[in-house]
Amino acid sequence: MLLPYWWMLSTSLKHPPELFQIGINFLPSDPTLDNYTKILNGFPIIRWIYNSFIICTLVLATNMTLTVAAGYSFARLRFWGRDSLFFIYLGAMMVPLQVRFIPTFLIVLDLGWMNTYQGIASLLLIDFFGIFLIRQFMLNLPVELEDAARIDGCGWFQILWRVIIPNCRPALATLGILIFNAAWNDFMWPLIVINDMDIMTAQVGLAVIRGSAASISGGLMAATTITALPVLIIYITLQKSFKPTLMMTGTKS
Amino acid sequence: MQLRKQLGLSNRGGFTAYLFVLPSIIFLVIFVVTPIVSTAYFSLTKYDLLRAPEFIGLDNYRVLIGDYRFPRSITNTLYFALGTVPAGVITSLLLAVLINRSVRGIYFYRAMFYLPVVSSFVSVSLIWLWLYEPQFGLLNDAFEALGLPRMKWLRSPDTSMLSIIILSVWKNMGLNMVIYLAGLQGIPPHLYEASEIDGAGRTSTFFRITLPLLAPTTFFVVIVYFIGALQMFVQVFIMTAGDPGNPQTRGGPLDSTVTVVVLIFDNAFAYLKMGYAAAMSFVLFAVIGLVTLVNARLLSYDIGY
Repeated sequence: MLLPYWWMLSTSLKHPPELFQIGINFLPSDPTLDNYTKILNGFPIIRWIYNSFIICTLVLATNMTLTVAAGYSFARLRFWGRDSLFFIYLGAMMVPLQVRFIPTFLIVLDLGWMNTYQGIASLLLIDFFGIFLIRQFMLNLPVELEDAARIDGCGWFQILWRVIIPNCRPALATLGILIFNAAWNDFMWPLIVINDMDIMTAQVGLAVIRGSAASISGGLMAATTITALPVLIIYITLQKSFKPTLMMTGTKS
Repeated sequence: MQLRKQLGLSNRGGFTAYLFVLPSIIFLVIFVVTPIVSTAYFSLTKYDLLRAPEFIGLDNYRVLIGDYRFPRSITNTLYFALGTVPAGVITSLLLAVLINRSVRGIYFYRAMFYLPVVSSFVSVSLIWLWLYEPQFGLLNDAFEALGLPRMKWLRSPDTSMLSIIILSVWKNMGLNMVIYLAGLQGIPPHLYEASEIDGAGRTSTFFRITLPLLAPTTFFVVIVYFIGALQMFVQVFIMTAGDPGNPQTRGGPLDSTVTVVVLIFDNAFAYLKMGYAAAMSFVLFAVIGLVTLVNARLLSYDIGY
């Protein structure tokens, strides 16, 4: 299971002649960081990672506010058309980008958002699955908590901020992780919207390196390792939060 | 209810609710509804971004039927879906059952199998591209050490899609495994106790209790997995890109890995045939819509125990 990762790492530390040796050696005989320095000099990888972080931050910010607020409305508030709207959202969840990216591309082109952060982030600003997830979680919170707050004179914003959100930490953590991961790994849409090297995300940048290399080299594996690191670090530190993630999705609802 | 009214709790949102929902409605209209409607419209036009769309009726769909690459892409996509889904579901179910037993290592195993899930398809595709390398790749070296013939993997039309299937099953195994683990934990333990008292062996417990009670989970996993498989793109883009700069060669040897989405992408952004690509998108949309509807209908039957 982990062998491919090990192979990536060990390849990235090997001198070129060793790469093209027949026979398996899991450990580089003479580890070197040459591949890393070369690839970092050849491509603006750090800049790409920075871009990816900006986009993730942007997308996290909008989702943590707008998606959460919408989820709350669907769970608790009552308004005309709520249930049919929610049904439409469930349908929207099922329509993948792959079947609507041509007009979406034209919209972003019209807005003048090609090669911009907002262009890349635009499709991820609100997550319908996230609305669904938050709604399901909030439905299980006792209404009495809110009633008490209302009797004490809280408005809806205050209730959301002071009562609901503190009680929703696990769901919010889940949503945050899912959103970050989706934004970081997103490939097809950024590929369509960017052609400027300076705005590229880490994933698109990797594809560029792949396209420019004649063959797979230690440098490519080094680049793969570098761009995979942020997600791996976040994943390993937040590993415990992943457990409720999938328990809450889908089957149980 | 009466009490709630007296306390002034019967008003529930109103204006504020619309305020909370409004951003998502705007988002829905701009990025989901409008694109779907205009995909349908563009599919009836000839449009290359330079001149205004020209209405040509159903011509795009007529050309589509005659395009030799389109039927090829459909069979490839189905081959991929029918290859990954059963293999993926069976492996992740078995893993979940195995891991569920070993209480001690559960965190470690879960982390290990989940690692590919959080990785991006771009990076795992690059890693496997190197593993599959016919001359120097790890897999062929391992095959040789085991006395098996060296394979051409992605370079041969016979094995290129199979190679992508293996990678994709490996990538998604952890995700479905965790969903199955959640399903397994929802099975009441007294059922297992009862079957143990009745003297049922491991195999019959699995087939008589575990498998039937996991039916809703399996159903969910299969549908989501299947719809996802219909959209496969990144693996082909990275692994069988062929000659960079020439989209005609994208899709592996003899078009053996061309999928529907790859074809849509190439027609739209390499040949700028927006109308034609929109027609393909719309066909894919119809298929996914159909699968979703069938799914919604079937899911509404609640399987209880």
